[in-house]
Amino acid sequence: MPTIYIDGQAYEVEEGKNLLEACLNLGLDLPYFCWHPSMGSIGSCRQCAMVQYQNEEDTRGRIVMGCMTPVTDGARLSLKGDTASEFRASVIESLMLNHPHDCPVCAEGGECHLQDMTVMVGHRDRHYRGLKNTHRNQYLGPLINHEMNRCISCYRCVRFYRDYAGGTDLAALASHDHVYFGRHQDGVLQSEFAGNLVEVCPTGVFTDKPLVNDYSRKWDLQSAPSICVGCAVGCNTSPGERYGRLKRIQNRYNQQVNGYFLCDRGRFGADFVNSESRLNFAGVRQDDGSYQAIKADDALSQVASLCQKGAVAGIGSPRASVEANYLLRRLVGDSHFCSGMSDVEHALVQQVAEALSTTRAVSPSLHQIESADAVLILGEDVSNTAPRLALALRQSARNKARQMAEDMRLEPWMDAAIRNLAQNQYSPVFIAGVHESRLEDIAAASVSLAPDDIARLGFAVAAEISGSHLPGLGHLSTLVGTIASALKAAKKPLIVSGTSLMNSAVIESAVAVVEALLSEEKNTLLSLSVPECNSMGVTLLDGGKGLGFNVLAESAAQGDIDTLIVLENDLYRRAPTETVDQLLGNIKQLVVLDSLDNATLSASYLALPAATFAESEGTFVSSEGRAQRYYPVFVAEDDRLASWQWLSELGQVLGLSGFDQLAHFDQVEQTCADEIPALSGITAAAPDHLFRNRGLKIPRQPARYSGRTAVRANVSVHEPKQPVDNESPLSFSMEGLGVGQPSSLMSYSWSPGWNSNQSIQKFQNEAGGEIKGGSSGIRLISPGEGAKIESLSVPDAFHPSNTDLLLVPVYRVFGSDELSRQAPAIAELSGDAQLVVRSENVNKLQVADGDGVVVVVDGSEVVLEVLVDDSIAEGCVGFTMGMPGTESLVIGIGSMVSLRRAENWQPRKPQLIATDNPNAPSPDTRGQRGVPYV
Amino acid sequence: MSQQLIQSDVALSAEETRQIDAELAHMPQKSGAAIDALKIVQRHRGWVSDESLIAIARYLEMSPETLEGVATFYNLIYRKPVGKKVVLFCDSVSCWICGCDGVKQKITEKLGVDYGETTADNQYTLIPVPCLGACDKAPVMMVGDDLHTHLDNEKIDQIFAGKLSDGEGS
Repeated sequence: MPTIYIDGQAYEVEEGKNLLEACLNLGLDLPYFCWHPSMGSIGSCRQCAMVQYQNEEDTRGRIVMGCMTPVTDGARLSLKGDTASEFRASVIESLMLNHPHDCPVCAEGGECHLQDMTVMVGHRDRHYRGLKNTHRNQYLGPLINHEMNRCISCYRCVRFYRDYAGGTDLAALASHDHVYFGRHQDGVLQSEFAGNLVEVCPTGVFTDKPLVNDYSRKWDLQSAPSICVGCAVGCNTSPGERYGRLKRIQNRYNQQVNGYFLCDRGRFGADFVNSESRLNFAGVRQDDGSYQAIKADDALSQVASLCQKGAVAGIGSPRASVEANYLLRRLVGDSHFCSGMSDVEHALVQQVAEALSTTRAVSPSLHQIESADAVLILGEDVSNTAPRLALALRQSARNKARQMAEDMRLEPWMDAAIRNLAQNQYSPVFIAGVHESRLEDIAAASVSLAPDDIARLGFAVAAEISGSHLPGLGHLSTLVGTIASALKAAKKPLIVSGTSLMNSAVIESAVAVVEALLSEEKNTLLSLSVPECNSMGVTLLDGGKGLGFNVLAESAAQGDIDTLIVLENDLYRRAPTETVDQLLGNIKQLVVLDSLDNATLSASYLALPAATFAESEGTFVSSEGRAQRYYPVFVAEDDRLASWQWLSELGQVLGLSGFDQLAHFDQVEQTCADEIPALSGITAAAPDHLFRNRGLKIPRQPARYSGRTAVRANVSVHEPKQPVDNESPLSFSMEGLGVGQPSSLMSYSWSPGWNSNQSIQKFQNEAGGEIKGGSSGIRLISPGEGAKIESLSVPDAFHPSNTDLLLVPVYRVFGSDELSRQAPAIAELSGDAQLVVRSENVNKLQVADGDGVVVVVDGSEVVLEVLVDDSIAEGCVGFTMGMPGTESLVIGIGSMVSLRRAENWQPRKPQLIATDNPNAPSPDTRGQRGVPYV
Repeated sequence: MSQQLIQSDVALSAEETRQIDAELAHMPQKSGAAIDALKIVQRHRGWVSDESLIAIARYLEMSPETLEGVATFYNLIYRKPVGKKVVLFCDSVSCWICGCDGVKQKITEKLGVDYGETTADNQYTLIPVPCLGACDKAPVMMVGDDLHTHLDNEKIDQIFAGKLSDGEGS
């Protein structure tokens, strides 16, 4: 390890780093703006200047940029010397020339990297007396607020948006002191990663619009470690609460999973927690259909008496915690528990779980995915079903550039040089989907095929790798050869697939490719996506023993179920309306535990208000097989209770054996781990409630949390006792110690002098490395001995029909997910359900974009708006999965459907969204005298 | 905002397309012809409107933002309408030493416009330029395609009276 001398002191540092990284890793405060651990160095802001001396005699030295200078053995540097310090202060003074100093009204204030750095360099007196440049701000959609005057031109936004996330509609415009970061014209930012600009921007140019509109300072937010419920990737988040409202979601660094970035569904989709349609009290349905609120105790005893009266069955949920599902299963018995997924979906997730635990390939974390040097995506439209995974795949495509840099002996952090060197050269990424994806720009080849043909392509690649040949591929055989040789040539090939096409052959074919590569002794990765945040958890819990949905419906039809308890699940999203209606008609009482109003809840006899992820604790198992814990950010209001608590109390009221030992979260978890071998690891996902950080609890509130007394002064001047958390090592207070704990217990990140999210580097082993206190989550699935592939499972080739079309699901990052749709900002972007049709088929029907078309599935008819898209596979028609109005199409997936023009269709009018109402006064004048709020 | 969306159905003319195609023949990537395409369209239309920019971007398979970044970086790509002739007045060091400040004042008085402005009759737009590569003949400026050197007040009167053109003043 090289030794460097900073201000006369010798330090051992890691080779291959730059001086800025080295200083930060040593715990020294060297200010910076443009450098980012995930994006490398470009040396644009000149803030991390140090003085480097040639030798011991050199007293003058020269100024170097820390981020652009590699560490060299024996280097002599000055960080705190006058020359370096004065230079840095002068840099920040010039960066601030046009900055408006509007911190009091800026949403970034209090967590602003520019504020922190300004204080750090000691620049205090501004000498500039001239006019400041002012810019017109742009409307960038419902998620991001734009305030261009605050810009210091560090270029981080475009580097993230374009270079890292592959967006094209944000650019650096103009030159010298007119540089403007924005779009060509006002409009919604198109990238689903735009929200990261909020955290990437070192000041307040890009801020979280929903937060701006319902604002609290970072220091006033109460936070807890949480897990995103938007998809199955399991990104770590840090939600912030004030006044009982979830104000925002921030990224919680987890090196293995999401690193520094989230997708916008995750960041802005959690607003459903504040929804008007939340359930606050237990209710019993009256004869007139309305609900009468009842006390929690009464509700429990009513449910208990229902349970005692007759046979009980339970339906769990892939969006409820492992613990809640476990308790429900225990309450109703293994043989009366249904996982809550449709039979098809359940079988597919089961298949994924089995594949991952039998194959010798590793189920990679996103961090491992970024190291893959050849990728084959079979059928999964990851940009829409697991967006953060798509962002990781973008980084894996850059391994070619990294390799080229290594060959040229360029340092891996020399971002601009490496991009210049590689230009548009990427590691091979091959995509087979039912339509074009948003990863097209990095794809070596992509092809749109019917699901069965995607599977055939996979099997053919597997055969090719093993040296045999799958006949009947026609024009695809060249592509098969290319893919096979690229995967064989790679050091670490990755196969990506998943359940989204509802086609088991596609998953099977992905496993076949992996097994073929493994027999070539390749270090192979297999990433399989599943639908929801805990699909994997509930599947591991069920272990294939539970009731299928159809079996449950049948036994209900035979009158074998009197009371059905549904846990956090809208059955109407899982099965056709008639099927669910029939099921609910065949039982006597329906008890539903859920947080938001939905069709199933409205059909219940008794409704119990469940806490959301933000008000409860639990464990989710991600598609990777990683069990991760989330904690309540704030105490649930009114009679809302975590589902596991409702079920635990219900068990106790019923006097069921063992439930007296299931009153606490840790007890539930321990019992679940003991009982279910597949879940035995979950207790290691996070420390138990007895964990103390050097004897102290870990605070949810920052040290400067304000107004704990004043906020209630109109009621009483006495500060109420803070709620006590007996279930976790976290406290609802600013007291405690929030440093050095495992990352699974990091509520927020703050360090003296580092108020922004950049403070995370104070908690890491090294910049971009693991959290010092240990990483978060534990992988429950480990590779097995090798998966068996049924060679007979190669499906027949798909032949387009002249009359009918094959129905396939297509996904929308905004809209396909049940809960995030309820967040107002995401709802603005979701739009309505659509039918995606090729132009030759719309021509036949004589319809155009925006017209209505009737789809006939299994006798029932659904009318949807048409979206013409010629990238969808020939002979196929897609529908937007998960969006209201498409529920009854789900059972038609994979079958041939006929379309006809809808008569009397009212084309949807162009929607004016709240933020661009032309009659509304501009935000600048709103609220001024004489201008009403609209 | 939706009501301000720029009309994007403006097409490139056949001649513009032909000239851009000729540039594309040398380029491994379409976006490589961005600057040339902007210059071609500007030559035909006098300036590059939002609509023209979108048309070029579409033709070169770039996002409008990417092309806008190029267009606004160069101050000789005009993103606002200009007069029939653009007056590129050099105000960098050689011309400044040779007294361009006085000449600039004379132009401003003569034309009634300052930097970035166009005369009321739409004849001239005055733009400062840092060096025209003729420092030995400072102060200098270009009016349209003509270079005018050794400027003084008298010459300015003659140039804008239409009596001098084609570099006659050198």
